[in-house]
Amino acid sequence: MSESEPIIAAPPHLDEVEASVERRRAARATRARVAAVLAPTGLVIAVLVVWEAGTRAFGVPAFLLPPPSAIVAAMVKHAALLTVASGVTTLEIVLGFALSIAVGIPLALMIFLWPPFARAVLPLLISSQAMPKVAVAPLLLVWFGFGLVPKVLIAFLIAFFPVVINTAVGLAAIEPEKIHLARSMGLGAWDTFFKIRLPDALPAIFAGLKISITLAVVGAVVGEFVGGDAGLGYLLMVANGGMDTQLLFAGIVCLTILGVALYLAVELVERLVIPRHIIASERAAGGTF
Amino acid sequence: MTTTSPDTAPPYLDLRGLSKVYASRDGAVRALDHVSLSGGRGAFISIVGPSGCGKSTLMMIAAGLMPASSGVVAIDGAPLDGPRTDIGIVFQSPVLLEWRTALGNVMLQAEAKRLERAFAERRARDLLAAVGLAGFEDKYPHELSGGMRQRVSLCRALIHDPPQLLMDEPFGALDALTRDQLVLDLQRICHERRISVLFITHSVAEAVFLSDQVIVMTPRPGRIDRLIDIDLPRPRTLALRDTPEFSHYCREILDLFLARGVLREH
Repeated sequence: MSESEPIIAAPPHLDEVEASVERRRAARATRARVAAVLAPTGLVIAVLVVWEAGTRAFGVPAFLLPPPSAIVAAMVKHAALLTVASGVTTLEIVLGFALSIAVGIPLALMIFLWPPFARAVLPLLISSQAMPKVAVAPLLLVWFGFGLVPKVLIAFLIAFFPVVINTAVGLAAIEPEKIHLARSMGLGAWDTFFKIRLPDALPAIFAGLKISITLAVVGAVVGEFVGGDAGLGYLLMVANGGMDTQLLFAGIVCLTILGVALYLAVELVERLVIPRHIIASERAAGGTF
Repeated sequence: MTTTSPDTAPPYLDLRGLSKVYASRDGAVRALDHVSLSGGRGAFISIVGPSGCGKSTLMMIAAGLMPASSGVVAIDGAPLDGPRTDIGIVFQSPVLLEWRTALGNVMLQAEAKRLERAFAERRARDLLAAVGLAGFEDKYPHELSGGMRQRVSLCRALIHDPPQLLMDEPFGALDALTRDQLVLDLQRICHERRISVLFITHSVAEAVFLSDQVIVMTPRPGRIDRLIDIDLPRPRTLALRDTPEFSHYCREILDLFLARGVLREH
């Protein structure tokens, strides 16, 4: 055999291998992040384009289905009206949600701490959820008039249940070893609750809050449907009565944006309160949303 | 001459006639049947037995976390009522708080004991370094391996300088190599600090390697089958496991298991 060039070049140093692996990982991560934004954006744009083109090509009447451009035009035209209405509805949602927390969490605490109370209250609580809230709305109207109060109460009635259930379940779901550990360390009841049990329940509590905020939006709109004189729900009724489908869609778009924004606000608070825990569970679940 | 004779002084840990019966839907379950044992300060006592022999129940009772159905637990002669807060406990799972760092988890014990913060933190860092976790103080549990988490749990049990450790199959979920290392670490730490240990395991070799005395239990209901004093020189090294003396002790325990039908050689 004659001397020849070695077929395999000298193997690269492990540092170079590591650098190239790290480069590829970073590139993959960047691509994934870009795709996470581009994919849904692209889908929305595609739907809007088909919608616009379809309504124009087939001459769909605007009172049935206005093209997106007409909806945007309506939003611009009624900007002041929509802003005021959004403000009213936002206030109702936020107050209803706040009331859900103010009532739901203490109620959950009592359910957790005092089993006889839980036995007495849980059947009532569950039947209250089986009862359609829309049916109660007119009654609240009779009791509290047409102002802010009945809308806040309906939002609260719909939204508080997941807060109660998730908080009570979250508090009870702790591993028994953590409580054994606390007792063996001589940790007092107060410290055991605030240093161990409550932080342990926070992910469950926030899961409840995220459901609750979306339900509060529904509650506020239902309240305005039944007896409103302001807000996005009321605006939808008015637009519907006047066959102003553009305004109807504009209202729906505002409500959707409002609902998503409030949900993201709750999620932001969650990340601030339990950042590490979320990172860990996110890894396990493969992302939020 | 000292005034107190070692014969009359009560042993540090004294379990007398402990029985435990659980009420269950299918009738009462007898977990422990008149178990008595005692150990002096600094003694390393292991309890081996098949699953369901009441080993964990025994530990919970010795920790004061669960009342016995009958019998007495006495510490230095004083009967126990309520959890023992001076000791350190290590469970089979690390039981770490996911939202606290390794250091923060160790410091939980210091906070419960209201130890001075700067002092406790120095001690916590020293302990973490002693079990090979220097540089991992600020990692969260999900960033640590199973063995590392169990080391954090061990540090948490040690930070208040306890007179005794109660350990319930602490290395049961770890791989063989990590287990060997932790067994060596545990031996060194307990020897240096003169800590008494009540160690529950189903590994015969681990029990013989670590202990001054091995207590072999019968299948349910758990009774003490035999007390075996392990007379092997300390500190014990891994090479000891290849000696005839070591094998002899393991053989004795396995023979008991064979005799009780815990093990069968067909």
